Amino acid sequence: MKLYCLSGHPTLPCNVLKFKSTTIMLDCGLDTTSVLQFLPLPLVHSPRLSKLPGWVSKDGTINLEKELKECAGRVFVDSQPEFCLPERELLDLSTIDVILISNYHCMMALPYITEHTGFTGSVYATEPTLQIGRLLMEELVNFMERVPKAQSATCWKNKEIQRVLPGPLKDAVEVLTWKTCYSIQDVNSALSKVQLVGYSQKVELFGAVQVTPLSSGYSLGSSNWIIQSHYEKVSYVSGSSLLTTHPQPMDQSSLKNSDVLILTGLTQMPTANPDGMLGDFCSNLAMTIRAGGNVLVPCYSSGVIYDLLECLYQFIENANLGSTPFYFLSPVANSSLEFSQIFAEWLCHNKQSKVYLPEPPFPHAELIQTNKLKHYPSIHGDFSTDFRQPCVVFTGHPSLRFGDVVHFMELWGKSSLNTIIFTEPDFSYLDALAPYQPLSMKCVYCPIDTRLNFHQVSKLLKEVQPLHVVCPEQYTQPPPSQSHRSDLMLELQPPPMPYRRCSVLGLPFRRRYERIHLLPELAKSLVPSEIKPGVSLATVSAVLQSKDNKHTLQPVPKPLPLPPSKKRKRVVEEPPEVLAPKPLLSGSVPLEAFLAVLHKVRVSLKTLNTYLAC
Amino acid sequence: MPEIKVTPLGAGQDVGRSCILVSIGGKNIMLDCGMHMGYNDDRRFPDFSYITQQGRLTEFLDCVIISHFHLDHCGALPYMSEMVGYDGPIYMTHPTKAICPILLEDFRKITVDKKGETNFFTSQMIKDCMKKVIPLNLHQTVQVDDELEIKAYYAGHVLGAAMVQIKVGSESVVYTGDYNMTPDRHLGAAWIDKCRPDILISESTYATTIRDSKRCRERDFLKKVHETVERGGKVLIPVFALGRAQELCILLETFWERMNMKAPIYFSTGLTEKANHYYKLFITWTNQKIRKTFVQRNMFEFKHIKAFDRSYIDNPGPMVVFATPGMLHAGLSLQIFRKWAGNEKNMIIMPGYCVQGTIGHKILNGQKKLELENRQTLEVKLQVEYMSFSAHADAKGIMQLIRMAEPRNMLLVHGEAKKMEFLKDKIEQEFSINCFMPANGETSTVATNPSVPVDISLNLLKREMALGGPLPDPKKPRTMHGTLIMKDNCVSSLIFFSDFGCPWLEHQLRFTCRVQLQDAHSDSDTHIRIYTHLKSVLKGYTIQHLPDGTVMVESIVIKVSSSPEEPNTKVLLLSWSYQDEDLGSFLSTLLKKGLPAALSSM
Repeated sequence: MKLYCLSGHPTLPCNVLKFKSTTIMLDCGLDTTSVLQFLPLPLVHSPRLSKLPGWVSKDGTINLEKELKECAGRVFVDSQPEFCLPERELLDLSTIDVILISNYHCMMALPYITEHTGFTGSVYATEPTLQIGRLLMEELVNFMERVPKAQSATCWKNKEIQRVLPGPLKDAVEVLTWKTCYSIQDVNSALSKVQLVGYSQKVELFGAVQVTPLSSGYSLGSSNWIIQSHYEKVSYVSGSSLLTTHPQPMDQSSLKNSDVLILTGLTQMPTANPDGMLGDFCSNLAMTIRAGGNVLVPCYSSGVIYDLLECLYQFIENANLGSTPFYFLSPVANSSLEFSQIFAEWLCHNKQSKVYLPEPPFPHAELIQTNKLKHYPSIHGDFSTDFRQPCVVFTGHPSLRFGDVVHFMELWGKSSLNTIIFTEPDFSYLDALAPYQPLSMKCVYCPIDTRLNFHQVSKLLKEVQPLHVVCPEQYTQPPPSQSHRSDLMLELQPPPMPYRRCSVLGLPFRRRYERIHLLPELAKSLVPSEIKPGVSLATVSAVLQSKDNKHTLQPVPKPLPLPPSKKRKRVVEEPPEVLAPKPLLSGSVPLEAFLAVLHKVRVSLKTLNTYLAC
Repeated sequence: MPEIKVTPLGAGQDVGRSCILVSIGGKNIMLDCGMHMGYNDDRRFPDFSYITQQGRLTEFLDCVIISHFHLDHCGALPYMSEMVGYDGPIYMTHPTKAICPILLEDFRKITVDKKGETNFFTSQMIKDCMKKVIPLNLHQTVQVDDELEIKAYYAGHVLGAAMVQIKVGSESVVYTGDYNMTPDRHLGAAWIDKCRPDILISESTYATTIRDSKRCRERDFLKKVHETVERGGKVLIPVFALGRAQELCILLETFWERMNMKAPIYFSTGLTEKANHYYKLFITWTNQKIRKTFVQRNMFEFKHIKAFDRSYIDNPGPMVVFATPGMLHAGLSLQIFRKWAGNEKNMIIMPGYCVQGTIGHKILNGQKKLELENRQTLEVKLQVEYMSFSAHADAKGIMQLIRMAEPRNMLLVHGEAKKMEFLKDKIEQEFSINCFMPANGETSTVATNPSVPVDISLNLLKREMALGGPLPDPKKPRTMHGTLIMKDNCVSSLIFFSDFGCPWLEHQLRFTCRVQLQDAHSDSDTHIRIYTHLKSVLKGYTIQHLPDGTVMVESIVIKVSSSPEEPNTKVLLLSWSYQDEDLGSFLSTLLKKGLPAALSSM
């Protein structure tokens, strides 16, 4: 059994497990942090961005004026933003049988894997994961395609040139594998390969392996996966949460007794408490509005935003913000809000019981009905006429490189009355803000990451007791910025097996048994004999049938009765036609009884001894 | 031999109060717990005393599964759990769990408040009963206990209707509940994988009907409604609040929109709006088309259909009214019917099945005079139309499901005996499987033949598979040998292994035999003569003449020796293992007869 690690990002994993005769890809996360190296894509022409000076090396020998622009001492690539893809050379992607998706954030690289690679397998995901994943992909494509950029910069990727560039561009890794966004056709084609599964559904793969998604408590439809045969069990834990937010709680007990547990997707903010962050979020928001400023919340269009809206629903009345407009801008805003209301089965108990009343599970339905929350596909159209300030705007993309958020940064960045509140933990806020410097607006960093922290995960592992743990190497040492915090790492006995991008790990397994079925006729014909109390033996002679990785033992077929013929009158002269199989002899010989029988048939011990001697 | 027993307490050769007991692998499961619309006495509920004469049912049942929210499938549930007594798990899908208590409360109100019956379950009992419910998701494998697992499949029929697979070890039963094999305007078609259950328990409401295409039925329905409205008549459509009602609403809504019709459509209030809300929240249970477009336009937000008020009954002019309940046995639909029955311009359309004993059933059978309470009679002058819109599988659909699931046995419930008989013959002919149709309280038993799961050492398996080649040759079956260990009589911990690695367990038993032979040749020539002789007699065996002179047939060793005193008296030593006993004794007998004088040397 082997594990191929195609992504180095611990929360956006992409691993391939070879188990028995199957090749299973676990998630295909797309590392989008690479877009931070690029200039933002403005929705309307931005004189500031277009006037940024080009970059020329200090000695003047390298001139990349067209490709690289300088802003407040940092260099950015002026080109269509590109993503860092999972490794595609480590193994032949066309050999992958199935892809298991754990949550909608971890499937964004799917079209790169399933399209134009010869992939012929299928993808398994839950219905909310598919539907919301589709929305996020459509949104990403829409963000890119509505502001096309004519040029694509490639010269800076030259190794010799990249070496002399200023940081952090100099230190960017795998730049040659970076790719621009896929098309909507690729998205549709990739998602047509998805087969829907429900929690605790047992899915058979080629009769050899069974895979089962389990609730992971992180987002709508998010799952961990069990990959098992009759004798071996691998648990794949990805983005899980023990906090009570909107999704169904995490199923922990089914992870018990794993031989190997692959652990990914822990919190990216191990020191930030989500509840405290939510409090900070609300108080900063209220403070800004009261002072007459606007609040910008860069966020994904599904996930934490549901919790933010729910929190605000309770908060705005008390804080006297009832008249402040809340806007949610995204090409998929409406769909995201609507979809969140129809997945009752995938929600926590509280929300489920609301549906039984019947009431919409999320209170944002009421915010919309009372006109407190309005949603628009973009800043164009209806929004421009309805727009009132001061207001709160939720919009993407959290990297601040594309989407409607770019427009609001240009619009509000110059005033210190306004505040930008970061809630998504995926991007460093300082890097995100870099191309907008100098900025006057206030910046508040309240990253809300509900995924497991180190304390929770060590408690979980103590409970489920896997024999071995495999995890990204980042989890085996404290974060570089807090190297003294030895509590911010995994300490286990035996120590976890770390992986990094391009690792190939041999998993410590010894397969000893396989399941076989005795047909009832065969089982009936067996004669067990007790060799010691509680243990019986039976010898078996049977015919093995193996089909679709299922094995059965059948009784040996009886020879057909031969047609009587003249030749066969002298039976004795004919040798036995078919060798009637005799079972092997085994077990301890009951010596006393054996001798007694021998004695009966007049073999004395003496003759036996002489016989044995010769 | 293991067997599965199925006993209907209700719905055995009958429609109504579905309740089927299944015993499988030592587990007892109750499938559905319904009431009978046609009775108002004890026969209304299944006879639970069959399970136990006294006391609670908890210890006799491992679980109860409810297929969908129709009262003939769940109407007796609070009675069973709270009045007879059952504290074990009750499983149903989310929509069923949401809607079922509302219908139960409605049923209770009609029975207790309107008819004044006492000794009936209370609102609190419905609540307590629903607390015992565990929601099921489609395709989720639910482990009821270590051995019993259940899995729900989509059944169509009504929102949240499910078929269930019940599995213990390798034995399994599938219960369909009510299902529909053709997608309609708001629901999808039932689907199941090729799970090969030992028994498929299917409803058979429309066992003998093969319905014409849905499109024709819909066109007919719209035409009739249209004509009646055009001539100023009123149309009454008795429905149950959830299910067909939504289907027909969507149908009329689109028709009104297209034809630009003005006549009002009403839906009896109360349940309706709530009901539509359930459909909006459980949109994932509806069909593909509605799910795809719900963000843009939710099909359950009706423009033309408005809430009905009792005062509208006497309004002049045409109107279409959907009113509950569907079988005209009580409530608003009956009240409206009484008012409108006397006018031949009006029409009543019965869109579903009516149980015997209900007014719906009577007028469908052409009864023109109805006896009401207080010795009143009611003359039925309005047109009575029946349009089968119930979302049950017809004969074709039932056969289709059998083809999908490939059951080993079939068992019919939820249908009329005569129709079942017909379908039973058809199934037995077409699929050559047994088909049962037990009456209430009658038990059908099916013997199962489960195979025994065993652990085999991977080494042995791999070696055997390598020797056997990629495909087994049916002409030359390879026999594999091994030993089975059973520990503590526990069948599941059997280990199957080969002689390899466990020499302490295996014994060699060899037989030897001397045969005297007169043969005037040298020892080595005798060896050759034996070799040649056997070669001519034994076809298809491996016969070797080894360099040291020994002759080997398969594993049987033959050696020749003679004493110098009597060089012509040869002593043949034969030795064979227990496994070759047959061949060994054959050879000894053969050689005792001596060698033929003329043996051509080859």
